[in-house]
This record gives sequence, structure tokens and C-alpha cells, in this order.
Amino acid sequence: MPFYVPPEQMMKDRADYARKGIARGRSLVACSVSDGIVLVAENAFRTLYKISEIYDRIAFAGVGKYNEFEMLRVAGVRQADLKGYSFAREDVNARALANAYGQTLGQVFTHEMKPYEVEILVAQVGETVDDDELYHILYDGTVMDEEGSTVLGGQAEEIARAMESRFSTDMDSAAAIRLGAAVLAGPDTLLTADQLEVALLDRTRARRAFRRINGDELVAILDASS
Amino acid sequence: MESPLPTFGPGLDPGSSFVDLLRQVAPHDLPGASLTGAASAVVPVEVTHGTTVLAIRFEQGVVMAGDRRATAGYTIASRRIEKVFPADDFSGVAIAGAAGPAVEMVKLFQVQLEHYEKIEGEVLSLEGKANQLGQMVRSNLPAAMQGFAVVPLFAGYDHRRNRGRVFSYDVTGGKYEEADFQTNGSGGVHARNWIKATWQEDMSREDTVDLALRALFAAADEDTATGGPDLIRRIYPLVAVIDATGYTALDDATIAERSEALYGGREEGSGL
Repeated sequence: MPFYVPPEQMMKDRADYARKGIARGRSLVACSVSDGIVLVAENAFRTLYKISEIYDRIAFAGVGKYNEFEMLRVAGVRQADLKGYSFAREDVNARALANAYGQTLGQVFTHEMKPYEVEILVAQVGETVDDDELYHILYDGTVMDEEGSTVLGGQAEEIARAMESRFSTDMDSAAAIRLGAAVLAGPDTLLTADQLEVALLDRTRARRAFRRINGDELVAILDASS
Repeated sequence: MESPLPTFGPGLDPGSSFVDLLRQVAPHDLPGASLTGAASAVVPVEVTHGTTVLAIRFEQGVVMAGDRRATAGYTIASRRIEKVFPADDFSGVAIAGAAGPAVEMVKLFQVQLEHYEKIEGEVLSLEGKANQLGQMVRSNLPAAMQGFAVVPLFAGYDHRRNRGRVFSYDVTGGKYEEADFQTNGSGGVHARNWIKATWQEDMSREDTVDLALRALFAAADEDTATGGPDLIRRIYPLVAVIDATGYTALDDATIAERSEALYGGREEGSGL
């Protein structure tokens, strides 16, 4: 027997469901600094990445349910490669991709049985900090154009507050990685290199700007005092 | 509800292949899509042809090189065409044959390798890359039957075996691994003879680059469709070296310097 649920209640239930799912996972910090865009995530897995390359100057990051944001990542790589192949590499941009993600997530949120429990980020590195683009996309398809830095995940507000006073776009990527690791860990704990996933969209690289920072390189960066 | 991102039903997902993705989403963008329906007789249009390319293995890697001429019948279609391309960071492809479809094929091949790397999170093996290119050559067979044959050379550094490797293809997509070197194109046979007479197992990188330049000069000497070094316009062959550090295209100044050192005084007694 069908029964009536007011639309407000239905949307609220879905949003609560998605938020709860996202809050169960670890957070991620992205910031735009002098030599590029730094992405730092807490990730205990070595090969199940939260941060990946989409195109020459564009990176993807997701938090929440792995299989859901992984599907979105693959769709993004396909979209970008198709566009770059049929037009030109320089015609691929983060804004179009962010809008496509927003529409997809919005449609899933309202039409599917269950919303995606994910929050994603599309980052594009430019020639200077002012040209960088950070698009933060929520589970319901909301797209936000962030400046400087952004935090994804359940504890986003706390972490963003901790970040605010210590972050500046003038810092270099090494300092930003240390800051990211510190704010993700919180005041009383410490995250080591093997609990972190770090990548850089390197402003100075010629074509493919995306580079993972791991192993000894990451240990050295974390150990160096700022 | 139509999603703005490409999505696929069960059994239709193209996986990590960009070619399969293209076939499903935009088949008209596949190379040769408009050729397959054309008349099967040899087409009377003059198509641009790239001519001599080569790949030579040395101890630390591979040298690839190509002249800069493209011809259409008896006309020179281009004096500065490029026939040697990076396929990815550790491999290169050199093309001979119909220039249009060849350049298209290289473009698709480059995207295919990068697409696989991004989707799968790891790089294809060198053998895997060589097989991929073979499939592309094979799918060009209908066009080849109409006179638009593309026969590439593929070479790269194999990190699993720690050495350079060279592969050649025939128009049916047959892939053949070469022991040490291979050439292709109208002047290929002259270049190959020159290499065969002088190649040695323990040649240095510099000596191998010199050998490539000499072999191209020999080809240009005997074959009208192969361009020699153009000292007036300062157009020199393209040379790339692929070793454990990656793909490096030599800059014009280096090639110009080597060309002048090699060809100066070669008139006497050397047969060149």
C-alpha cells in the first residue's frame, strides 16, 4: 500500500544518509600554493587511491565510498580523453568536468534508490595561483568554486578551521604537505608517511602535471622542519 | 535520464581501452571511419607519403630517426614533416606510408597508452604497447587495401628486461620483434644496408646517433623520396633516444652539429 512522504522529508533523509556515509571515511585537504596544487589525504590503503590524474593539468580526488567515487573518476578520465582527442588537449578544462559531475551526482541524488556517499574535488593547476581552479562537488550535485584551499570529508569544518590560520598561498608544496598532514591528524596525533596519500599538480611540469609523492620522498618532506 | 558523463550498460563497458570507448561513443572519430565505405578500387588521388624511418638498438636503449620529407607522387608535399613521435615516456613510434592515416594512428595510440595508464593506475608492458599498435595497424587494413597503408616502427625501453627493443609491422598488423635494428619506407632498404654493414653490439649512444644520421644520408642519396639534410634551410633529420631515463628528442643544434661533422669531407672515398 503506497503511503505519502513529503518531498522535504525525502530529501532530508537522503542527505542525512549520504552525509553519514561520507562521515565514516577519512578527510582530504587540497590547497593551491606557489609551485602547484597539493592534495593530501589520510589513506591507510597503499593502492586504492583517493587522488588521481584526470588529464594534463587536472586531478581528481574523492572521499566517502570508494567504489562510487572510483566510478566517477573513470567516467571523468573517459570524458576528458574523448574531448581532448576530438578537439585539442588545451580544450579540456576542469569547469566542464565539474559541471558534468555535478549533474551526474544531482541526478543520482534525486532519481536513484540511494544517493552516492561521496564528495569529490576537481583541481586544475594554472600558470599562477590566481589561475588555479578548485571545484568541490557534494553528494547532491552542489558545485562550489573554492579559492586557496578546501577540505573534503566528514570532519571538513574542524579541519578547515585549523587550516585557516596557518595556510597561505605563498608557501611551497613541501610546507603545504606538512600542514595538510598536521591538520588531518588533529592536535593530539601524528600521521606517518604510510598513512598518507599525497599528490602534486606541479605548475612547472611541461605537459602532465600530476605527480604522486610517496616513499622516501614523502618521509623526507614530513621529517624536514618547516 | 541521460548522464553528461559517458556511462555503459552491463557488458558494454569499454574497460581501459580508449579505442573501444571511441567505438561506442563516437565511432565517426575512429581513424579511417570514412574510408571503409569508399570504393574498393585503388583511388586515383595522390596522398602524402612519409618515407624513411629507422630504429637502432644500442646497449642502453634505442635510437629512432626519420628524414623530414613527405611526397605526393613526384611532388614534395612537405620539407619538414615529423615522422618520429613519443608514444609515451618510454617508447616511440616512427611512421612510414600514407601520412594522414599514420599521424591519426599515432595520435590514437598516444591517447590509448595514456588512457590505459590513468584508468588502470599502471603502465602497460612494452610488449603490451607493441601489441596495441599491431591491433591498430590491423584495423587499418581496409584502408591499406585502397592504397593508404601505414607501417610503423615501434621501439622503447623495457624496464622488465632492462634493455631497448625494436618492433616492426606489416600491413596486416603482424608484429615482428627485431634483434637489433629495422628501417622502413621507400629509402629503408638503403638505410638498412648501411646499418647492417656498420652496426656493432657495444656501440655508444653517440655512435648510434651518428650511425642513424649516416644511414638516413645513405637513403637520401639513393632514394628520391627521402630528404637529405637541408643545410640551406637548416632542416635536419629527427632523432630521438629512448633509454632508462625516458624519451629524449635531440635538439636541432645537436643534430646540426653532428650532421655537419659527419657529412663534411664525406665526398671523398667513402662511397657517400
